[in-house]
Amino acid sequence: MATVDMEKVNKVYENGFHAVKDFTLDVAEGEFMVLVGPSGCGKTTALRMVAGLEDITSGLLRIGGKVVNDETPKERDIAMVFQNYALYPHMTVAENIGFALKLRKLPKADIAAKVKQTAEILGLTDWLDRKPGQLSGGQRQRVAMGRAVVREPSVFLMDEPLSNLDAKLRVQMRAEVQRIQRRINVATLYVTHDQVEAMTMGDRVAVMRSGTLQQVDHPQTLYDHPDNVFVAAFIGSPAMNLYEATMSEDARAVKLGSQTLPLPDDLFEARPGLTRYGSKKVVLGVRPEHLPAAHDGATGPTLVGNVDLIEALGSELVIHFTIDAPRVQPEGATTDDEDATAHAGEGVARVDPTTKVKVGERITFAVNTEGMQFFDMETDKAIWT
Amino acid sequence: MRKRNRTGWRKVINGVNISGLFVVLFIVLPLYWLVITSFRNPADLGSVQYWPNPFSGANYSQAFNEYGFGSYFIHSVVVTLSATALVLIFGTMAGYALGRLPMRGKFTLMVTLLMISLFPEIAVIAPLYTLEKDLGWLDSYQGLIIPYTAFFLPFAIWILRNYMLGIPKEMEETSRIDGAGPIRTVWSIILPMALPGVFTAGIFTFTACWTEFLMALTFDINLKMIPVGIATFGTPNEVPFGTIFAASVVAVFPIGILVFIFRKFVISGLTSGAVKG
Repeated sequence: MATVDMEKVNKVYENGFHAVKDFTLDVAEGEFMVLVGPSGCGKTTALRMVAGLEDITSGLLRIGGKVVNDETPKERDIAMVFQNYALYPHMTVAENIGFALKLRKLPKADIAAKVKQTAEILGLTDWLDRKPGQLSGGQRQRVAMGRAVVREPSVFLMDEPLSNLDAKLRVQMRAEVQRIQRRINVATLYVTHDQVEAMTMGDRVAVMRSGTLQQVDHPQTLYDHPDNVFVAAFIGSPAMNLYEATMSEDARAVKLGSQTLPLPDDLFEARPGLTRYGSKKVVLGVRPEHLPAAHDGATGPTLVGNVDLIEALGSELVIHFTIDAPRVQPEGATTDDEDATAHAGEGVARVDPTTKVKVGERITFAVNTEGMQFFDMETDKAIWT
Repeated sequence: MRKRNRTGWRKVINGVNISGLFVVLFIVLPLYWLVITSFRNPADLGSVQYWPNPFSGANYSQAFNEYGFGSYFIHSVVVTLSATALVLIFGTMAGYALGRLPMRGKFTLMVTLLMISLFPEIAVIAPLYTLEKDLGWLDSYQGLIIPYTAFFLPFAIWILRNYMLGIPKEMEETSRIDGAGPIRTVWSIILPMALPGVFTAGIFTFTACWTEFLMALTFDINLKMIPVGIATFGTPNEVPFGTIFAASVVAVFPIGILVFIFRKFVISGLTSGAVKG
């Protein structure tokens, strides 16, 4: 068991591309750290540097307190699960799992015992004589994990291991991966582009963008207190609604297009820094789940929007609406599908399924001000103190 | 006009199938003729028979006993197997280096190799003869093994390199993480995965060496290989067709068996080059 510490680690490729910039992150023993970000943000590069598959341009990497920059993957005592499993197709499941032990020249009986034990943990006992080509995606994934687990490594690395699975299997395997990780209890660095995976699996989540670490925190903190616009937009599904807004002169209200939302006092207790933004432009964020439909007699700030589309999910209605305020969309924070359908001023709200509303009508939302987020227009950083 | 779906034998009779049948007959009929003629009585070859009657093994015994075909067969086996083994050993190593190792000028090297392989044999046969004479390699096994290896290596490297390219790089990375060194990785992981390519290159090389005529005639006239041996059966006045046919059947047989056993590799070898999914 060991910790992983990366201190100002950089990766610059031969062509000058700076893939990872001053990356500082620590993973405690037994911690499940998820590294999440859009495609091309450098998360896999960071993982591969920990594995020893990529050279570190500058900075220090420590595993178990020892600097390992120049050590081979074998010497680092890490185990890795790849996105496409990377199972040896010409070997059986038992041989795949036992290969690393065979390389260590362990006695055959010991290898067989360890392979059997690992297979039992992963539910692979009936498949030991099969080859990877005869297994389903989920089974192959378990073999890949078994190959890593059997080595009893100091650090467990996983590079989007669930990406190749269908949605239902992915949900099932998420639980499996967490169960196995808790059982082996080693520092785990898990890379994914899926923020739902990140939020549900990680003890802590590190959000990356363009090679830079944006925020490292517990999932709930990332959700409640995103440090910047990118993290705010990236975490949460559907994504947070982000608009350009202007604070009133006394900063007690915010103007969103043609609508003005008064802000309650308790909001300023949490965000005293807002008082410096009188008459200034800010980025206002409200999550879809913080825009319930307003009932008659509701107090507090409301927002009126034109309904463009209603998606009935059974448990809720997802309402796509438009207001006359400019939308803010940080690059890479949302998926291509979301970007493709986004229009100026469009927002998304999640309301009770019994809400009576039709496309083309206007709807009034009761804004949950506790969940409101404010960001500086220039720096994109969250406004707190 | 409504197009009806054909059923039964009408479904089989169409332009594509009929054309295919003609192509197959074009290839198979001469082979059939070869085999049945080889089993006919040598004295009766003036007449046309579509099936040997009587069935006779005289041509075969004549080929082996009178014309020494057995020794030609052995010579061909020794030279072909040796050259094929050398081509596969060097070809696998070169294919791995060109397909998977970080190296500058790989593409230039590959193109140069291919250009060399396109060089016609006949253009270099004279200087090669002089060289072999000086080395004392005429009428020797190495006199053919070495040139065959040189001539057929580029194509084998090409096939093997393409197969190696198709192996995901995560294989080596996983192997490194598991603790295997480079040699162990190639031996235990890459080579088994590239076996289809090895078989493909092996089949092509075997066939090329087995049927090669010009160098075999030029360098080893007294240590005859099968093609040269068959070509020199009889005299200008007497051509023993039956014996020639029998010897040809024996010559074709090993290749036929090999290609049949490894047929899926031969087909995939012809179409390989894409990265495997």
